[in-house]
Amino acid sequence: MLNSSLKQMAAALRANEISSVELTGLYLERIAAHNPSYNAYITVNPEMSLQQARLADEMLARGQAQPLTGIPIGQKDIFCAKGWRTTCGSKMLADFIAPYDAHVIEQFNAAGAINLGKTNMDEFAMGSSNETSYFGPVKNPWDQTRVPGGSSGGAASAVAARLCAAATGTDTGGSIRQPAALCGITGIKPTYGTVSRYGMIAFASSLDQAGPMARSAEDCALLLNAMTGFDERDSTSLQREKEDYVRDLDLPLKGLRIGLPREFFAEGLSPDVAARVEDALSEYRRLGAVTVDISLPNSKLAVPVYYVLAPAEASSNLSRYDGVRYGYRAPEYADITEMYEKSRSQGFGNEVKRRIMIGTYVLSHGYYDAYYLQAQKIRRLIAQDFAEAFKQCDVIMGPTSPSTAFRLGEKGDDPVQMYLSDIYTIAVNLAGLPGMSIPCGFGDNGMPVGMQIIGDYFSEARMLNAAHQYQLATDWHSRSPV
Amino acid sequence: MSLSTADVRKVARLARLAMDDTEIEAARSQLSGIFELIEEMQAVNTQGIEPMSHAQELSQRLREDKVTESDQRELFQGIAPQIESGLYLVPQVIE
Repeated sequence: MLNSSLKQMAAALRANEISSVELTGLYLERIAAHNPSYNAYITVNPEMSLQQARLADEMLARGQAQPLTGIPIGQKDIFCAKGWRTTCGSKMLADFIAPYDAHVIEQFNAAGAINLGKTNMDEFAMGSSNETSYFGPVKNPWDQTRVPGGSSGGAASAVAARLCAAATGTDTGGSIRQPAALCGITGIKPTYGTVSRYGMIAFASSLDQAGPMARSAEDCALLLNAMTGFDERDSTSLQREKEDYVRDLDLPLKGLRIGLPREFFAEGLSPDVAARVEDALSEYRRLGAVTVDISLPNSKLAVPVYYVLAPAEASSNLSRYDGVRYGYRAPEYADITEMYEKSRSQGFGNEVKRRIMIGTYVLSHGYYDAYYLQAQKIRRLIAQDFAEAFKQCDVIMGPTSPSTAFRLGEKGDDPVQMYLSDIYTIAVNLAGLPGMSIPCGFGDNGMPVGMQIIGDYFSEARMLNAAHQYQLATDWHSRSPV
Repeated sequence: MSLSTADVRKVARLARLAMDDTEIEAARSQLSGIFELIEEMQAVNTQGIEPMSHAQELSQRLREDKVTESDQRELFQGIAPQIESGLYLVPQVIE
C-alpha cells in the first residue's frame, strides 16, 4: 500500500480492501517508528487524525467518497489547522494552537482527506536546508547525514520515507521544488494566486504560493484539484473557473517545444546534475518533444532581487510578532519596548532575524530607491524574459538545484552560499509562474537529481502532462530510499 | 558593501531586535556579505522600467459593506500571553 498511487489507494478504500482508519494507523505507526530518525514531523496527533479517518470511512460507506477521501496527508506546519499546534518551525509559535483553518486545510477537510500531522520546515519558511527549524533539522531519507532541502524539508522527507501518502508545501523562492529535487519526489508550485494564502503563515506575500508534494505528477494533479479555487479571504486569490488538472495527463507529447535556458546550464551547475538533466531531455526527445535554445538574460539577478524583496516583505509581515496577542512573550522586561525587543530576539532564530534586518535596512529612509525600487524594476525585466521565452516554447526545462543534497552543516556559516542553492527556482516566483520538480536520476553521491519544469501562467495541466508522460516512460519517481 | 556597527545597531533597533555586541558583529559581517550579492543589481540600467510589485496585475476587490465576522473574543484571547477582563495586558505605555 505504501507504494501505491493515490488513485490506487482511493480504489482500495472504495473497494473496502482497507479502511481509512487502518491506512491512517499504518502511517501513524511508521511515523512513531521512524520520525525519531528523520524528524520530518513537528506535531502528530493520532487521536485527531483517527477521528478524521472514522469520518472518512463513514463518507466511503455512504458512497460519498471524493478522490482524496480517506487519504492521509502531511500538512506543512505553516498552515493553520484548527485545534492543531501550528509553529511555522519557530519558537515564536511553539505553543500556538491555531484557532481556525487555512483555506487549504478547509479544502482537504471537505474532500475527506486526513491531516496526518504537521511537517517540519525552516523557520518561517526561511531556509533551503531545513536547518533553521527551531525543532531541529530534518534528515534526508536517502542519506541521513544530508539535508532534505527546504523550506518544505519535512514534507519532502516524509513523502520520500513513506511517512505519508502525500504532502503539502509552500514555495516562496523554491521551497517546494528544491526539497522535492533533493529527496527524489515530485512537487509543483502553481501560478501565483491559484491557491489561497488564507491561514498560511505569511513570509513574503507577493511570492508565497502553496502546492502539493507527492510521489508522482499524477498524485500532484489530484492534490492540486483539491487545493486550488477562489477564496475571497485572500485579496490576491484569482477569480477563475475551477480547473481539472488531471484532464490532460494522458495527452501525447509529440511536438511539445521545450525551451532550454542557456543560463541554467552554465557555470555553477554540478556536472552530474547536468548529465542527468541531459538524459531526461533525451527521453523527452524520444517521446516526441523538440528542444529549443532560449535565453533568460536577467535570471542571474534573481537571487539579489529576491534577497531585497522577500526580506522587505518579511520584515513587514513579521512585525506582527510582538508578544501581545499571541506567540512568544519574554518572561522578563522593564517596559513595552523591552518587551517587544526581548520577545522578538528570544522568539526568532538567527536566519529570521537576519532577513528582518535586511528588509528593515532596504526599506529605511535613504535606501528605498537604490534597493527596493531597483529590485522591483529588475523583477519586471525577469518576468519579461519569461514572456519572450514563451513565444518560442511551451515549457522550459532545466535543473531544479545546482547540486544534489549537501551535508548537514555544510553551508551553515555562509548565508550567501545557502541562498545560491535556489538560483534556478527564484526567478519563477518573482514572475509568478508555475514551476515543478520531477526526479530524473541520481548524482555521483547516489542522491536524487531533480529536473525543473517551468510553464507559462496557468499551464499547470500541460506541465503535469509533460511530467506524467515522462514518469510513464521512466521509473525514477518510483525509486524509494526505504 | 560594508555595513558599519552603527548601521547594524540602528537596523536592529528599528526592527525591535535586542542584540548584544557579539551578535551585532556577527550580523554585520553576514549582512555585509549579503549586501555584496545585492549590489550586483546596481549594474543594471532600469531607466524607464515600471516597478513590478506583484505577480498579477490585480486591482483590489470590493465587498459589500456588511458584517461577515462573528465575535470570537474568547477563542482568540485563549492564545494570548496575558489578558484581563477581555483586554490584552502590556506594560504601562502612558504615565
